[in-house]
Amino acid sequence: MAIPEGGFFPDAVEYGRYGPIFPKTPACYGFTIVAKIIPGREEVFREHGRTLEKAIEEQPHFLAPLQLHYLRWVLFEIEGATYFMYQGIFDTDFDKYTEDAVELFSQSGISTVFENLEGFPADWKTNPAAFVEFVRAHHRPSFLEYGEYPYVSADEVKKSLRVKALFSDILDQMQ
Amino acid sequence: MLDLDDIQYILLNRAPARAGRYEFLTFDSAAAGRAWLSAMVEQVQSVAAMRASIADEKRWVTLAFTWHGLRALGVDEASLATFPEEFRQGMAARAAILGDTGANHPDHWVGDLTGPELHAIVLLFTRDIADRAHYQEELASIRAGAPGTDLLSAIDVEAIPPFDHAHDHFGYRDQLTNPAIEGSGDEPTPGSGGLLKPGEFILGYPDEVGPPAGLPQPEVLARNGSYMAYRRLQEHVGKFREFLAEHGETPAEQELLAAKLMGRWRSGAPLVLAPDADDPELGADPQRNNDFNYAQDDPHGYAVPLGAHIRRVNPRDTAASINRHRMIRRGATYGPPLPDNAPEDGQERGVAAFLLCASLIRQFEFAQNVWINDKNFHELGNERDPIVGTQDGTLEFKIPTRPIRRRITGLPAFTTVRGGAYFFIPGLAALHWLVAGG
Repeated sequence: MAIPEGGFFPDAVEYGRYGPIFPKTPACYGFTIVAKIIPGREEVFREHGRTLEKAIEEQPHFLAPLQLHYLRWVLFEIEGATYFMYQGIFDTDFDKYTEDAVELFSQSGISTVFENLEGFPADWKTNPAAFVEFVRAHHRPSFLEYGEYPYVSADEVKKSLRVKALFSDILDQMQ
Repeated sequence: MLDLDDIQYILLNRAPARAGRYEFLTFDSAAAGRAWLSAMVEQVQSVAAMRASIADEKRWVTLAFTWHGLRALGVDEASLATFPEEFRQGMAARAAILGDTGANHPDHWVGDLTGPELHAIVLLFTRDIADRAHYQEELASIRAGAPGTDLLSAIDVEAIPPFDHAHDHFGYRDQLTNPAIEGSGDEPTPGSGGLLKPGEFILGYPDEVGPPAGLPQPEVLARNGSYMAYRRLQEHVGKFREFLAEHGETPAEQELLAAKLMGRWRSGAPLVLAPDADDPELGADPQRNNDFNYAQDDPHGYAVPLGAHIRRVNPRDTAASINRHRMIRRGATYGPPLPDNAPEDGQERGVAAFLLCASLIRQFEFAQNVWINDKNFHELGNERDPIVGTQDGTLEFKIPTRPIRRRITGLPAFTTVRGGAYFFIPGLAALHWLVAGG
């Protein structure tokens, strides 16, 4: 799906609680946040990666409320400055679960990664509107999105895998 | 500790009232508004006063203001700017977010509630209709004594028979889930979810995540206040009964269908605990009628369909951070009851309700936008709340049954939003501060 500049289809803009909602595409909902990190904080990002890995090991469904498919965290350089890219693919527009996300991040220590970005609001834990504003300001909307299995939710994928496993068990037991 | 002497009673108590009246007012000047408020403020009960006088009292009064109302009373622009954006905009401006489209759109609302001239609401609850007539006169006389304070509209509310339990025009038992707040003296009934931090409902106290933050200024105005979303929801009783008759062959099938739409039998008995047959004793027992969950008890919706009303407006253990989205509900029915077996008579009847919370955007608007009107709630794909969601006849309602689910298409709208507004309910000290001109 080719997406107009700015990220919205002008004739079909829906409104969420914090403003217009970016459209659903064959690759579901999502965001690509690109922001400059506070110089010298690269290691904090990498430590965050280890923290989050541990959190997920301990509670595999920790991020389930966010209805995610994938998250990717990337650091890269442009002209000597380090930038951070945070790309998420999920099944609901970000607006709907903003406060739940803020709460999850507050509990898990995921906060640390955003707090190392330039311009991130210091009061984000109690000010979801400021958090959303930062996300919107740093989101780079796609101009094209593709899904090999279009519009399928993570829940449907998980259900299909359960059915497949169940079916496989039945076949094994029939032998 | 909660300031029970300062918090308006309605935040923590329900008046033992069978009648009431909501009056919507406008002030033509700050002086007029303050003159009226100075006379009215003595009528307003705090939680402590209400509890102390409940045996003898005959009327209970609550005052609340729109953002334009606070401005009309002379609150300065710097203070007004500290109120949250959704409150400043007002409910009508948030229609797209709330799902108030089509027949529910504010263009069709009644009572002059959508414009900047709506400044205040008086909620009067009385023991009975005779008391209402008396105190309505008193309110009119206070208004007459403060020229420039005018009535935009009013709505009379009253309980409908049988009077032994609260219920709506469709016949569903009401007032079943009541959040219990830490420090209020109330104990949660089993299944109600434990004591909630007062800051979820009352400004100036810790909430579920920590100390109060981002409150409107000055503190004297915000402290012990709360926000209140008003909804006037017409109930199309004739259409509802026709629907049940069309989709249920026997009275028993019709009752079951009514229960599936709600998630409870009309007696109040929850389907999770009484999936196959009604149990009126269970429905009437507060120690048992809320004591259930979904994740373990009914994960696939064989008892309570995933899209049923109570599963949407309170998903219990199937929602993230549920305690950040709770609300206090008040209100009453309006309009005459439609007798059993009587055809639709064209008279407006329904529920005129209030949702009270510390954050309209995180609590009320979240419930409307994410739980009630999201077509894909719980991956349902093409449903909205069958009772209070925006319905245009194109959506469906799925009832999981074994071996094959039942799918009802073309669900009609059983309710229509006929009015609404956002208000701020100040504490008593804040009311006096407003009288004094801020």
